[in-house]
Amino acid sequence: MLIRRKKKSDVGSYEITPHNVYLDRRRLMEGIGIAAGLVALGALPLAKARGATLPAGNGEISGIVDGYSKLGDDDELTHLNAVTSYNNFYEFGTGKKDPAANSDNFKPRPWQITVDGLCAKPGTLDLDDFLKPHTIEERIYRLRCVEAWSMVIPWAGIPLGDVVKRFEPLGNAKYVSFETIIRPEEMPGQRRSHILPWPYVEGLRLDEASNPLAILAVGLYGSVLPNQNGAPLRLVVPWKYGFKSVKSIVRMTFMDEEPKNTWQIMNPPEYGFYANVNPDVDHPRWSQATERRIGDFSRRDTLMFNGYDEEVGHLYAGMNLATLY
Amino acid sequence: MSADTISRSPIRDLNRRALKPAVFTLCLLPLVWLVVQGLTGGLGANPIEATIRYLGDWSLRFLLIALAVTPLRIVTGWLQVVRLRRMLGLLAFFHVVLHVLSYVGLDHLFNWTVLWEDVFKRIYITFGMAALLMLIPLAVTSTDKMAKRLGGLAWRRLHRLVYIAAVAAVTHYFFMIKAGYAEPIVYAAILAALLSVRLYKKWT
Repeated sequence: MLIRRKKKSDVGSYEITPHNVYLDRRRLMEGIGIAAGLVALGALPLAKARGATLPAGNGEISGIVDGYSKLGDDDELTHLNAVTSYNNFYEFGTGKKDPAANSDNFKPRPWQITVDGLCAKPGTLDLDDFLKPHTIEERIYRLRCVEAWSMVIPWAGIPLGDVVKRFEPLGNAKYVSFETIIRPEEMPGQRRSHILPWPYVEGLRLDEASNPLAILAVGLYGSVLPNQNGAPLRLVVPWKYGFKSVKSIVRMTFMDEEPKNTWQIMNPPEYGFYANVNPDVDHPRWSQATERRIGDFSRRDTLMFNGYDEEVGHLYAGMNLATLY
Repeated sequence: MSADTISRSPIRDLNRRALKPAVFTLCLLPLVWLVVQGLTGGLGANPIEATIRYLGDWSLRFLLIALAVTPLRIVTGWLQVVRLRRMLGLLAFFHVVLHVLSYVGLDHLFNWTVLWEDVFKRIYITFGMAALLMLIPLAVTSTDKMAKRLGGLAWRRLHRLVYIAAVAAVTHYFFMIKAGYAEPIVYAAILAALLSVRLYKKWT
């Protein structure tokens, strides 16, 4: 498969970061004392590409390298403010503004991830150890929600394929499932058990998880993931509807049969396992042929596999995508 | 205003004349709020969706408010409230029209092919459109003249359509939601209560 590295001439997300955010960052730096500055300078050379680490709080992630990002001519980055104030994360409520409004008390650190099931190296790892062997890359992807709105988001994440390989799935492992944390005391939506059966579960076929497009994101716009966007670790599979990109992951399980994902359990006629973006297969209650890019007035056509046909189309050769939606 | 009318019962008189304009002004506030939010960027990242939802919410609320007039009269015996019924019903219809216009015009830019498909293919749109279609003749026949022309009995019969329209509207809301049915359940419960008061009155 052809992997196009980002060209120097491509616009990086830092160039599009809202000006006020950029200025705030400046001010922050000025406020730090000389001693702290020296310490930071001393640490800089250590922050090389490999050995992915996250800052303790909400700060910028150092050592992000440019990764695969393919955008169309009319794909502009969605404003940071929209990315962090308008999304679905039912653990914090069913409204689009609820995740931003209700996630202040969520504690994304310390964090542990359990990897189990059909693999040679299962275990429970601290987030730092989970990330350490990998490289954090910037991936600018389109995100298409099943509700027919979309965004363009500069993620920072590690390739999921590398993670899969590292835990050595057994020969009979065909799928991998992911689980969101259950923490009702910090997630008000989970205190209402009738919304969804918790925990939120999603899954991929192993070859989908190994596709180079799939990442586990730890940041966006160069900084640590905000709580409402799935801190500290979430899946990003840009050719599938947004609900596949499970947030705040605490468990990865290698399986020999297809895991039942949450929305499929909730409503099988409307949501399937694959959830590939497909303009020709309507959601029973609305058309998927067009979408509204957040920030735009009029709708635009939705692209097959969200425009990533070249990268992932081969995974579904010969499958009837109208029945395996 | 002549002196003797004031001396008769100034407060009741003021009440009588101020009630309607006061309630009308109050009822315009949700729309004012929407415009202010729209102009100040308060509608969030997807202002079109926010507008449609907001107008939908207030369509349902005004429909229920209009349907609350008769039960309020039955329960409290406050006869003056009936004078508000037509105005509240028309306000409900007005918000329904704005709600549908924002869906047709803002969301789909008057793309009639897509809209036509939506009406037949998507059950929640079907129910919503049915509610609109039932409300149109009620709005048209809301004038005194039309009521007279139809005759009291026929007019009252026709206007019972509002009960079915309200049920269709709440159903429309139910079918639209993905998960978490708390809000439509509240609307359904209020509607059921308002209709029950009428039935109870009729049977006793």
